[in-house]
Amino acid sequence: MEDLNRKGEILIFAEQDNGVLSEVPLELLSKGRELADTLKVPLACVLVGDKVGGLARKLIQHGADTVYVADDPRLKDYQTASYARVVGDLITERRPQICIFGATPMGRDLAPTVASAQRCGLTADCTDLQIGNYTDPATKEEQTSLLLQIRPAFGGNIIATIVNPRMHPQMTTVREGVMHAGPPNPARRGQVVPVEPRFQPGDLALKVLERTMRAPTCNLRGASVIVAGGAGVGSREGFELIRELADELGGEVGASRAAVDAGYISQEHQVGQTGATVRPRLYIACGISGAIQHRAGMDQSSKIIAINRDPDAPIFQVAHYRIVGDLHEVIPEILRALRGPALREPES
Amino acid sequence: MGYTSVVCVKQVPDTKRITGNAMREDGTVNRAALPAIFNPEDRNALEAALRVRDEHGGTVTVVTMGLPSACDVLREALERGADRCILVTDRRAAASDTLATSYILSCAVGKLKPDLVFCGRQAIDGDTAQVGPQLAEKLGFTLMTYMEELALEGREARVTRNIGNGRETALARLPALFTVMESANEMRPAAMRKIMKFKKARAPMEIANSVKTALGVSATPEALAAETSRRTEELAARGLLIDQWNLDDIGARLEWCGGAGSPTRVNRVQSVVLAGGDYREFEPTQASIGQLVAELVQDHTIG
Repeated sequence: MEDLNRKGEILIFAEQDNGVLSEVPLELLSKGRELADTLKVPLACVLVGDKVGGLARKLIQHGADTVYVADDPRLKDYQTASYARVVGDLITERRPQICIFGATPMGRDLAPTVASAQRCGLTADCTDLQIGNYTDPATKEEQTSLLLQIRPAFGGNIIATIVNPRMHPQMTTVREGVMHAGPPNPARRGQVVPVEPRFQPGDLALKVLERTMRAPTCNLRGASVIVAGGAGVGSREGFELIRELADELGGEVGASRAAVDAGYISQEHQVGQTGATVRPRLYIACGISGAIQHRAGMDQSSKIIAINRDPDAPIFQVAHYRIVGDLHEVIPEILRALRGPALREPES
Repeated sequence: MGYTSVVCVKQVPDTKRITGNAMREDGTVNRAALPAIFNPEDRNALEAALRVRDEHGGTVTVVTMGLPSACDVLREALERGADRCILVTDRRAAASDTLATSYILSCAVGKLKPDLVFCGRQAIDGDTAQVGPQLAEKLGFTLMTYMEELALEGREARVTRNIGNGRETALARLPALFTVMESANEMRPAAMRKIMKFKKARAPMEIANSVKTALGVSATPEALAAETSRRTEELAARGLLIDQWNLDDIGARLEWCGGAGSPTRVNRVQSVVLAGGDYREFEPTQASIGQLVAELVQDHTIG
C-alpha cells in the first residue's frame, strides 16, 4: 500500500471564469473547513488563471489557510491539459490527502484528467462529504478518518457512500448548490503561495477561437422561492401561469425533466438529477409526478407544496403541504389569496 | 484519406424505467429486472463518428467492455453502419471502477491506432462522465468534452463545445477524444437490410454458449469445440463475427484491472427512502388555499 499521507492538507480547486470567482469554491470552502477542522489539517485552494491573484483574499476570508496561485497569461482560457498540469504538479508536490472540485462542466472535465494521471480514485457529483471509518470487508482491517463520499447513483434511486482506502489522494467532485457558502470573515488571515507552471509539450496545443457566454436567464440555485412545473402543466403556454406565480412570489421558474423534454421550457430551468440541485425556502411543485430523479434535486427544500390531481403521485411523499387538485384551478386561487386585501402590508 | 474512428459504447440498465421490483430489500439494484439499453449519449457518439466517415471516408470501429450480453448494443451499432465491433470481456475485469475501466479501454483502443475516439458524455447508470476524460489522458489524446459540432481539416479538429452557460469553439490537434452531448445529433435509423443481416452477428462466447445448448449436456468437449469453431468460421466468412478480446489480447497489466486496479470502494448503499413525514392536506378551495397562504405569510416563508 502506498503512503496515504493522512496528515496532508485538503485542497480545493477554486474555479474562476475570466477573473470572476465562481460560487462553487465558496460552497466547497465551508464544507472543506469543517472537514479540515475534524482532521486537524490545513485547508488550501488552488487558483489557476491569468491575473487572478486578487481573488485569493476572498478565498481566505471564506476559510482557506493557503491559496496556491498559478498566474500566467497562458492560463487565461481553461484548457484541460494546461490546467491539469498545474493542478497535478501541485498534488505531486504538496501531497494533499483530499482534493475537491466542483461538479461543474469545468470540474467534470479537469478532475478525471487529474485523477487518471495521478492514478487515484475519483467520485463524481457528491452531495455530502463526511469523515468516518471504513472496514475492509475482506481483510477486516479498519481505517480511520477516511473521506466518506456520498452521492446519488443509479438515476437517483440509491445513495452510495464511496471511499478510496488504498490510493492517494482521495478525490471527489461536489454538486453545485448542495453546500452552503458561509459569510466571509474579513479578519481571517492566510498565506498566498505563487506557483510556477511547468508546461510540457502539448499542454497548450488547443486554440480557443471563440467563447460566447449566455447571460443566465434564471438563477435557480440562488432563488429562495421556486415554482416548478411538470408534465401536468400541459403546454408551453401553460408555463405562463407558473411564471405568474413565481413573479408574484419573487421567485424563479423550475421544471421537471418531463416538462423540459416535452419542450414546454428550456433545460436551464430543470431541477433534479440531471438539472440543478436546489434547496429554496419554498418549493411549489405543480403538476410534477415526482420521479426520484426530480426529488433528488429538491427534497431538501425548507417547505414543499405539491399540487397534483393524482393523490398517489410520489411528489406528495416529500411534500409538507399537499393540495390534490388541478393546478390550473389551484394556482389562480393562490394568486387571488396573495393579492387579496387581507394580506397586503399596511401602508404607512 | 479518411479517418480511423473508434466509438466506445456501454450497455446500461434503463434507469428511467425503474420500478418497484428493481430495488432489492437491502437497497441494491436488481439489474436483471431492468431492460438493458444502448446508453443514450453513446448513440450520439456513434452518429458523430458515422458522419465523419460519410464526409471524409475511413472506418468506424465500436468497442464495448462488458458481459457477452453487451453484444446486443454492438449488433445495434452494426445495424446503424459500424464497420467493425469488438467486445472486450474478461472475468478479471469485473468490479472495475472508472479508473480501471478507462485503463482497460485504453489498451483496447490503443491497439486500433485511431485518429478520433468518440464517447458519450456520460452513462445513465453512473452519470459520472469520467471514463471519456480518463481514456483521453491514458491515450495521450487531446480531450474535447461536451462536443456539439465537429469539423475536420487534415490533422486539425474544429469543435464547438457546450460548456453549460455558453459555447466554446476551439481548434485541436489530432489524435483527439470527444465526449458527445445528446444535443449534438440524432442517431440515424437502421436500414431494414442491415437489421436482417446483423441480427445474426455473434461474438465467440455467444457462439460457444449456443453450441452448448444445441448439443446438450452429453456432448464431448471435442464435439463442442469442433462445432463452435465451425460456426465461428462460417460467421466470419459472412462478415458477422463480433471480435472478442480478453485482457491478455490487449496486453493489459492485471494489477491495473478489475477490483485490484480500482481505488474506489462502495462502503454503503442505501435505497432512497421517502420521508413520508408530517404533511398537511389543503383542499383545492378558495377558503383552504387562502388559509395556507396566510400561514406562509405569517411564518415569513413568503412575503
